[in-house]
Amino acid sequence: MVNPKSIEEKKIWDILETVTDPEVPVLTITDLGIVRDVIIDDDNIEIIITPTYTGCPAMDMITMQIRLAMLENGYSNVKITSVLSPAWTTDWMSEEGKRKLKEYGIAPPDKKISIPKDGVTCPQCNSTNTKLISEFGSTACKALYQCNDCKEPFDYFKCH
Amino acid sequence: MKSNLIDYTLHLADTALILSQRNSEWCGHGPILEQDIAITNISLDLLGQARNFYQYAATLTGGEATEDSLAYLRTEREFKNLLLVEQENGDWGQTILRQYLFSQFQYLMFEKLQQCSDEQLAAIASKSIKETAYHLRWSSEWVCRLGDGTKESHERMLLAIEELWRYTGEMFESAVYETIINVASLKEDWMQRVSAVFSEATLPVPENVFMQTGGKKGIHTELLGFMLTELQYVQRTYPGAEW
Ligand SMILES: [Zn+2]
Repeated sequence: MVNPKSIEEKKIWDILETVTDPEVPVLTITDLGIVRDVIIDDDNIEIIITPTYTGCPAMDMITMQIRLAMLENGYSNVKITSVLSPAWTTDWMSEEGKRKLKEYGIAPPDKKISIPKDGVTCPQCNSTNTKLISEFGSTACKALYQCNDCKEPFDYFKCH
Repeated sequence: MKSNLIDYTLHLADTALILSQRNSEWCGHGPILEQDIAITNISLDLLGQARNFYQYAATLTGGEATEDSLAYLRTEREFKNLLLVEQENGDWGQTILRQYLFSQFQYLMFEKLQQCSDEQLAAIASKSIKETAYHLRWSSEWVCRLGDGTKESHERMLLAIEELWRYTGEMFESAVYETIINVASLKEDWMQRVSAVFSEATLPVPENVFMQTGGKKGIHTELLGFMLTELQYVQRTYPGAEW
């Protein structure tokens, strides 16, 4: 997605790589594609982020965690700017992020199923014989499913 | 010009906030768990929209204004939300119908707004329309399920239409500050889509109904005052309280 332009910038991306999403703790904010840019101007650092969902209550916490992680690494002049445009999309989620989601038991976003319907691959047994229970799940980003084969209920990270 | 933009942004914010607040009254009371979660998710999306609009209005206003002061410290006559969204939840059918009539409008409105000349409003609209698409699909499916359901659910939907239809005309009447998009131009498309869903739901589209208006100008039904009393209670009682 973004190629760090300098060693300094790479260091900051590495720090951001340690900040996780409080609602899906296996994903880092860089896996999610929330961090859009890092701008370095001498001692001043600006980190540009974008919210996943409009009403995502995790964004305030993520902002604070970025600030803390930067502070722990000696960066105090950090400005965190949230931008809405271009709007976040699940296309920005890394392949690594999708793999981690599945391992965690959440079906990753699948472009073939942009509107939740039956047939999302079960993260437990890989069956596609699955049923949509509700388009709205435990958090704004998920829909609720059940697998007809292994009978396990599971979340699907919706395409957005 | 700038004051028009502020008022229009507040109108968008207030409408989202008040509908969010109404829907949140269902939290823990939905007919089944999945639908309780659905309506509260919609409430959360609308709250997110409201925050984005309030934050922008606060930036435009300048001075001491914040998203919180705009939401918590303005009076009933200063609120510019649509009358439709302050109407009571009633039964599940009435809540569904209110959501559907609004989401159908909001979807078309955001389509226009995302192309408008104001960059920030356009950004909020492009972000929010993805969520509105969900609200629209969910609520229209429910309108069909209840309208074309049992005798009782059908009758309740008829009552809901009788109760709410009179507040729909206001959506298409431009307020003086509403210069960014032409809402009147959305009416035909809205009517067509609502008619299609109502027809699938075996529900009649009312004709020649007298339309109640005033919300955009701050003239509300008696219901809004009670809502604000609850919504603003903490900040009014303990100004500046944080936790
Ligand atoms: Zn399975």
